[in-house]
Amino acid sequence: MDFGPYLLLAALEGLVTAAVLALTALGLSLVFGVMRIVNVAHGEFFMLGAVLAWGFTSLLTGHPALGFALAMIGSPLIVGAIAWLAERLVLRRLHYDPEATIVATIGLLYIIQQLALSVYGPEARPVTAPVTFRIQFPWFGYAGYKLLVVGVSILFLLATWFVIARTRIGLIMRATQYDRETAQAFAIPVDRVYAGVFAAGAMLAAMAAVLIVPIQQAHYLMGLDPLLLSFIVVIIGGLGSLKGTVFAALLIGMSDGMISVFFSPTLAKILATLLVALVLVYRPQGLFGEVAQ
Amino acid sequence: MIGRPASARVVGLHGAVLAALLLLQFILPAYHHGILTRVMVLAVYATGYNILLGYTGLLSLGHAMFFAAGLYGAGLTVYHLAWPVPLGFISGVLAGLALAAIVGFLALRTVGVAFMIVTMMFAQAFYLLTLYCADYTRGDEGFVLTQDMRRMALGDWTLSLAEPVIRYNAALLLFGICLIACVWWVGSPMGRVLIAIRENEERTTMLGYHTYAHKFIALLISAAMCAAAGAAYGLLFGYVGSTFATIHYSISPLLWVLLGGAATTLGPLLGALCMFYLVDILSGYTTAYLLFVGLILVLLIVWFPKGILGTLRERRLQWLP
Repeated sequence: MDFGPYLLLAALEGLVTAAVLALTALGLSLVFGVMRIVNVAHGEFFMLGAVLAWGFTSLLTGHPALGFALAMIGSPLIVGAIAWLAERLVLRRLHYDPEATIVATIGLLYIIQQLALSVYGPEARPVTAPVTFRIQFPWFGYAGYKLLVVGVSILFLLATWFVIARTRIGLIMRATQYDRETAQAFAIPVDRVYAGVFAAGAMLAAMAAVLIVPIQQAHYLMGLDPLLLSFIVVIIGGLGSLKGTVFAALLIGMSDGMISVFFSPTLAKILATLLVALVLVYRPQGLFGEVAQ
Repeated sequence: MIGRPASARVVGLHGAVLAALLLLQFILPAYHHGILTRVMVLAVYATGYNILLGYTGLLSLGHAMFFAAGLYGAGLTVYHLAWPVPLGFISGVLAGLALAAIVGFLALRTVGVAFMIVTMMFAQAFYLLTLYCADYTRGDEGFVLTQDMRRMALGDWTLSLAEPVIRYNAALLLFGICLIACVWWVGSPMGRVLIAIRENEERTTMLGYHTYAHKFIALLISAAMCAAAGAAYGLLFGYVGSTFATIHYSISPLLWVLLGGAATTLGPLLGALCMFYLVDILSGYTTAYLLFVGLILVLLIVWFPKGILGTLRERRLQWLP
């Protein structure tokens, strides 16, 4: 194969990584933006989404698309409920203190991971893709499902943007983000907004996981990579900036996908970290971040 | 005890703890003797971590890289270059210091929680680097420092670090030095500034202190202790592998320090001791001991955020350093 087609293949792979990463990191960024806390268990919500997707698809026999559709709805809902519960039971009691929240979510990480291991087991399990058509390029065939992942991710990203920028719920969220106390004074139930945002962030990760699980397999340790990549993305994009998150996800996803194809995935992750170092030297607040007052 | 040199009670308490550790080796059965050796080395690691978390108020999730830098700095030079043990130890500490200088320069530019994200990221990059350079480090599998490599000449004697007695006392010596350094340093003017930074960084800046420089030095000292612990761990127990660079080993000192009590000098030892035995006992019953680690973290932070000694200091013994 010539270099050109090879590059196209690498770019397509990068696009898939970027799309899923954008969704995952958006969840993390949303939670940080509104609540000012970092959710270290974010990757475990991603893992739960994938594992539950396997559960749902293995429930239904018949056309794989049926089971997948069920997973697409059920898996984020369950993960959202778990996140909501964790927020109510633990994070609220900590009054969203940034450091204490980090420690608590680390604890959550271990609990979720270990429960997944006990219930689901150590095996990596595949999920059948809902569609099987291939797109035939002149040089190689490419799984249509992967392009579908990119399309659906873009749809979800647009939907998230729409909710935040154009609806009443989004307005309430932005008000809470802007000034918590004034929002409370205007009768916005800040407490419930926080719980909802935390659940929504986890649901975004779960959706990304359901989308990726027919390409990767579901495994109880799969949460760490998306967590670290999301961290890289939010630092480069600027903590709390949604625009920056999507832009950085595209940048990191593309470069990760391409370097992985040409060299090795390990090198790709090391280089991404070095990129973070560069950003920190020249723009400590991230590319789209605002300087803290 | 603000501004005063360490009181007689403080000196007495730490002296008693060290003396107890010295005497315990004669009465402990072999199994617990071995565990206590390990715990003391890990307590050095936790003490280093405590300087940053407890006294400076910086939460890092990447200290495994400093531990592993010490481990590899000592292990690789002894293994590949056949350096003698003391030189290997020094190179381990220097490796940790060098890494801390780079990481500190970059990570301290961030504010708030971003520090934790960035340290975690660099630690992961370091971990991947140990896998990537598998030709030298042998990656996950790691390598073993044989007994021959772990012999050192001291005058006419040859000390073998594989001997349990020597191992115990070497660990105790290192722990003693780090504990005393920590007690002394925390009470020094520099330590006071760090606590001021933890309590209110802006106000400390207003008072005319260069907070960045202070945090940078605190990170260096913390990393040096962690690297010393890593180097000692490799040299005493003879195994060097990339497992020690994983995120799990960054979280462990956080857990130990929180359990024992952040910003207490003896908390790290107590926390490491309790956790080591807890995991040891739990793993006899279940393989899912990480579940309990997670539960303990959540319960600690919700109901018991000051840890054992921190709570004790708050309620009863206000003189506790």
